[in-house]
Amino acid sequence: MKIYKKPGFWLPLILLVLVGLWPILTKNAANREVVSSILVSVTLASSLNILLGYTGYVSFGHIVFFGFGAYTGFYLMSVQGWPIYSAMAMAGLVPAILAFLLGKAILRLRGAYFALATIGVNEAARSFVKNFEPLGGSVGMQLNFQIYKDYGGAAQALWLTFYLMIGVTLAVVIVSYLVRFSKFGLGLMAIRENEDAAEVMGVVAPDSKTWAYVISAIFPGIIGLLFFFKNATILPGDAFRLHLSIETIVMVMLGGAGTVLGPLLGGAGYQRLRGTLLVTPLFRNIQLVVAGVMLLVIILFIPAGIVGWLRDRFPRLRRVLE
Amino acid sequence: MILQIQNIGKHFGGLQALSQVTIDLPQGEILGLIGPNGAGKTTLFNVINGVYAPSEGRVLFLDQDVTGSKPYRLAKMGMARTHQIVQPLNELTVRENVMVGACFGEENHGMVRAAKIADEVLDFVGLGERKDQLALNLNVAQKKRLELARALAARPKLLLLDEVLAGLNPSEIAGMVQTVAAIRERGVTIIMIEHVMHAVMNVSDRIVVLDYGRQIAEGTPQQVSQDPKVIEAYLGDPKLAEEIATRVD
Repeated sequence: MKIYKKPGFWLPLILLVLVGLWPILTKNAANREVVSSILVSVTLASSLNILLGYTGYVSFGHIVFFGFGAYTGFYLMSVQGWPIYSAMAMAGLVPAILAFLLGKAILRLRGAYFALATIGVNEAARSFVKNFEPLGGSVGMQLNFQIYKDYGGAAQALWLTFYLMIGVTLAVVIVSYLVRFSKFGLGLMAIRENEDAAEVMGVVAPDSKTWAYVISAIFPGIIGLLFFFKNATILPGDAFRLHLSIETIVMVMLGGAGTVLGPLLGGAGYQRLRGTLLVTPLFRNIQLVVAGVMLLVIILFIPAGIVGWLRDRFPRLRRVLE
Repeated sequence: MILQIQNIGKHFGGLQALSQVTIDLPQGEILGLIGPNGAGKTTLFNVINGVYAPSEGRVLFLDQDVTGSKPYRLAKMGMARTHQIVQPLNELTVRENVMVGACFGEENHGMVRAAKIADEVLDFVGLGERKDQLALNLNVAQKKRLELARALAARPKLLLLDEVLAGLNPSEIAGMVQTVAAIRERGVTIIMIEHVMHAVMNVSDRIVVLDYGRQIAEGTPQQVSQDPKVIEAYLGDPKLAEEIATRVD
């Protein structure tokens, strides 16, 4: 069956477009910022889901690709004067190459050992960037505001960034759908369920895992560039936030790991919740505690996440919720 | 020869699990592999299909040296196996489990063709009704069939069956024996590890007996069942020894 006939393919895309249209129709910059942060979350969660949900490998360092992609693109734009589109391409390509090399090295580790290695990678990346002067070292880099002129002024540039973010998020959701229902995706899920049995059946696990890792690294890099382009400044501490890696795991688990729609709901839901907590005096400083408690509750009571739970509870929804 | 096992030895630390095992397997044969518990039968399977690299010796599959090759490489060459301890992909449906076999085996099918093959194979092993259930919801006998279905979906040239009859009741055993015979009719070469003596004696062309990792006997079911060394090896299990000794159909 062709994918464009499947409701499960269209539902996430329609939801995304509706959310994206809201600031455009209201022409409101504040709404735009709210939706931007949701788009960043959804992109991170959907990307991580390809590794965590489909392949079953927990990565605590996924934000490395966000940071590296952002730094790569930012450097090319601010120092080399590249236009945003080719910088975006590189912001996806460089993390992909990094993931390929990293994958060759650490994807032979399984379970907890892989997870530990990814934490190491995150810390190593931050220290490297912090001490690497061409990338600005610990003070990071700033964009010259002149650069926005190429895109019709600062206001126009911000809207353009927003449209690009919608495009990237749609792309990651489409890719995640295609992977989920492809032969490649079937191999990944076989690895998740039982890597040894999968290999016996002919799944070339080392290659499949590496490609899953590579795909999951591309979009965080691109969205990272857009995020910091919008802010006009990039710092090592902002680009490589370990806790954002963990929050991304919460988003995936909340929505439903291994589903296409799950990371979208989880990313949007968690981001909204975080936004609310950050402006609530009681929780302002302890919003991460809430994330931790949520993760605990999800794993204990609804390990399949929102989408998994709905699919279990209402089998009729399965055609739509994928 | 589809498979040649030459002087295979395997040790785990100080434990010699296999030594000097040599077997030639012609195309189309069913070879029964028997022996007491811990004799090294499953270890031999693991060496044949690449889960373990042997400490000594060589394995030739389709006249190529595949010693130490990865399991997925052997799967792509046309080897499939079932596991003694079932290894279902729990959170996938029964059909998806079988599709993995069809998709990633030698024939390398796409998803649509694989789904068709999966449905055929599931009907063949009698799991057609359950194809949309998650594999974790099957009982043990059904999981055994699922193992077999996954292996068959790859349409292998060589099939390694590790105790597919264990845990089945007599009528299920009869059904499975027929299934194995039907698989052979398709020209598949089979090695089966089995403890259910009457079944393996009936269905095999030839039997190899392992004990403490050594090949203590080899021959037709009749020859093997009268071999004093075989009977001695099974003496710890008098009932089974008797069954072997009286088993001359």
